[in-house]
Amino acid sequence: MSVRGPIIDFPPEASCFDLEGLSLAYGETPALQELTLRVPRHRVTAFIGPSGCGKSTLLRALNRLHDLNESVSRRGRIRLEGQDIHAPEVAVDELRRRVGMVFQTPNPFPMSIYDNVAFGLRLRGGLTRRRRDDIVEWALSAAALWDEVKDRLRASAWSLSGGQQQRLVIARTLAVKPEVLLLDEPASALDPISTLKIEDLIRSLKGQLTLVLVTHNMQQAARVSDYTAFLQQGRLVEYAPTDTLFTNPRLARTENYITGRMA
Amino acid sequence: MSAVRAALQRRRPRAEGAGAWLAAGCVALSLLLLGALLLLIAVRGLGHFWPASVSLVELDDGRRLAGRAVRELPLPDGEGRERLYFTGNRGLDGQVWHWLPVARIVAESRPRDLVVLERRRWGDFIGRLVAVEPAPDAVAAGAGNGATAWAQLEARLAALERLREARDTLQRETIRPLARRLEADPGDGEARRALAAATARAARLRAAMDETILVLESVDGRRLRQPLDEVLAARRPNALSTWEKLAAWMQGVWRFLSEGPSAANSAGGVWPAIFGTVLMVLVMSLLVTPFGVLAAFYLNEVAHQGRLTRLVRIAVRNLAGVPSIVYGVFGLGVFVYGLGGTLDEWFFSDALPTPTFGTGGLLWASLTLALLTLPVVIVASEEGLARIPDHQREGALALGATRLEMLGRVVLPMAVPAMLTGVILAIARAAGEVVPLMLVGVAKLAPQIPVDGDFPFLHLDRKFMHLGYHIYGAAFHGDDVQAAMPLVFATALLLVLVILVLNLTAIFLRHHVSTRHAAPSRR
Ligand SMILES: Nc1ncnc2c1ncn2[C@@H]1O[C@H](COP(=O)(O)OP(=O)(O)OP(=O)(O)O)[C@@H](O)[C@H]1O
Ligand SMILES: [Mg+2]
Repeated sequence: MSVRGPIIDFPPEASCFDLEGLSLAYGETPALQELTLRVPRHRVTAFIGPSGCGKSTLLRALNRLHDLNESVSRRGRIRLEGQDIHAPEVAVDELRRRVGMVFQTPNPFPMSIYDNVAFGLRLRGGLTRRRRDDIVEWALSAAALWDEVKDRLRASAWSLSGGQQQRLVIARTLAVKPEVLLLDEPASALDPISTLKIEDLIRSLKGQLTLVLVTHNMQQAARVSDYTAFLQQGRLVEYAPTDTLFTNPRLARTENYITGRMA
Repeated sequence: MSAVRAALQRRRPRAEGAGAWLAAGCVALSLLLLGALLLLIAVRGLGHFWPASVSLVELDDGRRLAGRAVRELPLPDGEGRERLYFTGNRGLDGQVWHWLPVARIVAESRPRDLVVLERRRWGDFIGRLVAVEPAPDAVAAGAGNGATAWAQLEARLAALERLREARDTLQRETIRPLARRLEADPGDGEARRALAAATARAARLRAAMDETILVLESVDGRRLRQPLDEVLAARRPNALSTWEKLAAWMQGVWRFLSEGPSAANSAGGVWPAIFGTVLMVLVMSLLVTPFGVLAAFYLNEVAHQGRLTRLVRIAVRNLAGVPSIVYGVFGLGVFVYGLGGTLDEWFFSDALPTPTFGTGGLLWASLTLALLTLPVVIVASEEGLARIPDHQREGALALGATRLEMLGRVVLPMAVPAMLTGVILAIARAAGEVVPLMLVGVAKLAPQIPVDGDFPFLHLDRKFMHLGYHIYGAAFHGDDVQAAMPLVFATALLLVLVILVLNLTAIFLRHHVSTRHAAPSRR
């Protein structure tokens, strides 16, 4: 029924995440079932699927945000660069620094723009003011926000527009230099221009980072991602290089979904 | 165009109908009652300090009285009316209130030479000033001219004030330090001599203060010799212009605010009570805030959200409904006798059996009220924490913050306004609470405020005065409740104002904090 990983064309050493039989349930309700797939390093991988199919759940499993929720139960294994992220010797805050996440709704903290970007840097300390300023500038430039905010770094982050806020959140995440960036529908609340800016940003970041993108926008997935996985009801249906999946899906279910003919 | 006009002009449908009117009526009625209450206590309280005119009344049987008309009522049998006069002169008449039937008054006038003296004992005197003794050389003794005597009285009062100040300074700056030195080193001969000299000077000052005697005469001709030292204030209300009355009124208000009580709390000022109320509330806030906030953090952020936590939460909410007297009893048993008794045994055993902490005091009262207001702070803080969106917490965690860092750097700053709201509510409740205080440390008379220059400066073991208790004492336990009534109203007004100021301070603080942390609204 479902196709598990095999048609993916990269060698195991090039994978960043390696999921093996991952199942996850909220209480009694299963949200992910027997997921086995690999996410390539320094590429953009998109997860698509109907609402409620478990995309956000999967993303949050990758940086162990589910740890907070006592009702969540999990089976299966997730490896990051070969290491099981649930192994006892893995510090969860360290893991989350390596695997940054940007949420569906922009969530800047109620502080100044500068303090938002410096938040993660200050957590570990050990940086001079100069060095921190440099990193803040670099992160804001990388998130294509520097020119818009360089004169108002002390202004409240909540005074920015929605699109600027989302880029600020990306800058905040980039500032701690993660290896992986998880993006959960980062452009769903934004206008077309801001969306394009975010897509440019994604393209410019790949090569340095592994990006995992959840989106409802087929064109967006087609535009920016290298690989696309289609999920349905918590299961992986089809996973292929983006070109292949969008032009030549193997399963009728996938084709119906991407062409908008949902049963 | 016309359609737009029509749409604009069409009135909003009053779908709520009678309901809206009823609700608005209720709001209006509540506001009206509240306004009327404040107006009543303001008028009756502040009116007390107005130097009202004094009437000289002649009755048909030849009796003469001088007094302030207070109110008038119809006689019980329906024939005519009677009027209540405050006549003072307790030492002469034994009675300060007189109900006089209006029909029997044959003459009423307002002579300018009537004086009103506020005295430390015996309350007010109303009558005439005959002479001031010993008479200065320039004026022959027994001249008996009211106007010259009045001028002398004013001069003597000012001189007396200077003498008092000189004595207080001497006491504070010379005698007390010397006595301390002697206490530490009884063999210090130099200190002993200096102390003797200072004491002699104090005695001379004292004698000078006692020297002046006023010869007074009531309007029906009885004479009275009054030491000037016992006179707190002297006025000739009928001779005052409106401006002078206003000045006297302001002076009266100021003395009420800045001086200690006198005449068994039925006269004088309330400064120690203001100070005690404010200090008690401040200490209470300092105690309740950390406890309440930490408890809320535990319940909302740390504890497993199971049945036990829910139970605890319900229990905390219900604690807010426990009658305050119960907290008072608890405070007496646990804090005063339990904790205080133990502290005395451990640290102040040489003072026993006189208790130091084992009796009511500021600390125990504050602690009891902190307990009383704890539920309010917990509930408000918890609601503040619950309102913080999860994505803010997750945002911090996703940047590699530990749970503690997330709580301290993101959640706490965002919850501060809600916590301060809890503290505001706590202050509002605690400042008005009197009943439990009676058990754990409020005193009817504690003219020594709990802060002074002696180490450790803040004396948490001392008893303190409280405006609420002062009202209760003045209204029910004075010798003359009726005379103290205006003071009760004035104190009540003051209590309301003090609570208002405390609350405004906290609100100002919250506003300040929330503009710094919670950031401006989205533009
Ligand atoms: N905290 C939670 N507790 C219980 N059930 C949850 C929780 N979060 C998600 N679910 C359930 O898990 C399933 C998957 O949810 P998830 O948020 O992963 O979907 P999604 O693919 O991200 O959907 P969308 O595209 O609408 O964001 C849904 O059926 C949802 O109801
Ligand atoms: Mg989602």
